[in-house]
Amino acid sequence: MSIAVLLKQVPDTTAKISVSAGRVDESAVSKWSMSPYDEYALESALQLKESGGGDVVAITAGPARCEKLLRDAAAVGADTLVHISAENINDLDSTQVQKLLAAAVEKIGSSVVFCGKQAADTNAGSTGPGVAELIGASCVTLVSEVAADGAGYSATRPSAAGQEKVGVSAPCVFAFDKGITEMRRPNVRGIMMAKKKQIETWSAADLGVDLGAAAVTIDAHSPPAEKPPGQKFEGADSVSAVVGKLRDEANVI
Amino acid sequence: MEYTVIAESSGDSLHPITAQLVGAASALGSSPTVVVPGGVGADEAASIAGVSKVVSVVGDCFATFDGGAWATAIASQCSGVVLAGATPIGREVASRVAAKRGVPIVQDATGLAAGITITRPIYSGKAVETSTVTGECVITLRANAFEAAGAGGSAAVNVIDQSADVGIAVKEAIAKASERLDVSEADIIISGGRGIGQKENFAHLEEVADMIGAAVGASRAVVDEWGMPHSMQVGQTGKTVTPSLYIAVGISGAIQHLAGMRSSKYIVAINKDPDAPIFGVADYGIVATWEEAVPALKAALAAL
Repeated sequence: MSIAVLLKQVPDTTAKISVSAGRVDESAVSKWSMSPYDEYALESALQLKESGGGDVVAITAGPARCEKLLRDAAAVGADTLVHISAENINDLDSTQVQKLLAAAVEKIGSSVVFCGKQAADTNAGSTGPGVAELIGASCVTLVSEVAADGAGYSATRPSAAGQEKVGVSAPCVFAFDKGITEMRRPNVRGIMMAKKKQIETWSAADLGVDLGAAAVTIDAHSPPAEKPPGQKFEGADSVSAVVGKLRDEANVI
Repeated sequence: MEYTVIAESSGDSLHPITAQLVGAASALGSSPTVVVPGGVGADEAASIAGVSKVVSVVGDCFATFDGGAWATAIASQCSGVVLAGATPIGREVASRVAAKRGVPIVQDATGLAAGITITRPIYSGKAVETSTVTGECVITLRANAFEAAGAGGSAAVNVIDQSADVGIAVKEAIAKASERLDVSEADIIISGGRGIGQKENFAHLEEVADMIGAAVGASRAVVDEWGMPHSMQVGQTGKTVTPSLYIAVGISGAIQHLAGMRSSKYIVAINKDPDAPIFGVADYGIVATWEEAVPALKAALAAL
């Protein structure tokens, strides 16, 4: 059995994002990292493998820089590395990206797919449910924990009352929120092994995917609007007004 | 192009996002069809101004949340440009509907213009993207970014019986854990500094934290001087946090503290010193003593 883990390389969350000529300037990104929610997915897949066996297959779509992401995944224990070569990943729309990932999952023959709930660059969250649709799988999103349970799996997800444990059978996709344990750190041996690990590189054609033209085109990127100067209030009597603003203006409570 | 709005419910009534989705469609000159998964709030949806008709889809599958099953049950009712809320449920069902129909999805739009041109934040708000989508598509809209349509509509409600196979079974409900959240995982943090006088007064901040599901943090000064756990420390030598809401109580705002929390989405500062540096980064600054402000905060939160 193999567990496919969909990973995305994104600018590190601590990296500054700068815009040049109407586009986010990727060459100015100081550090590229595995998208944080994907780390939880990978760690959980490794734990599932340790408890029940199987292979962890790390899959990413993107340009050549993504090789590092796959080596990082191998260093902590991913068994097979798949790079879907897509130099123009940011120009692909959701349909195109999902077709590539779904085709890779099907080519590998995985019936269980782990991914992050959303990537730290687009913050969208379309991939998990979209790939599930394309491979005819159930999808449980925002999970924090997944375990083998009889012939199927149990997963913990949020509910209106707190959390709930749900049961699901393969084929299934789990989209991770923050998990219970952070991704393990690689040891030296893992890092050395990862350097020599073979990477399967597949193009859209290798996967039999006809991408067609993107239906969504990016017109421009721009820096965010300047944060307006703060509002200042005098005295504890103003607290209820501020709480009202937190609810109605900021929508954070 | 016709517009379809996927309604969302909250408990027994309609989620406020639904009227905002209708408002966004109306602003683009459309009288949308509103599809109501599970039928909860269908009559309410019919009374939203500008709605042309309501399709209430009812079936056993809506008893459990399974985005795949829900999308299967409603997909044939969704045509043209489909709008849903950028909520957890909305994002998932919308992604499924898009993939099922073979059309693209753009999530978390904060602006829409004819064309359709979509504005949305990317990199957690570090940049903004504008894109154009042609043809049929699915777009989710950020809550409270669009003006809600008013009341006064009287659309017809068509009830359609359509279920789908559910692949997810709820086995066990787990009550919310009572143990305190870690600051690095929390969406809301309330932190205390030397201004709150003594260690024991953190109990007041914990009471507020329990009301809003927040973690409790601390400045370096109180961690060092009062022996608070280092895991609570926010700042350069502690944790760097980016919650949606950071409430600083009795924290003056040393540079090392600001470095750990200034990227929070919204910052509230409570301090009796009107010149405290913390006010320089606060979205909402309150000049008051903590003894007065924290009880007022508890009362205001209880009244929400």
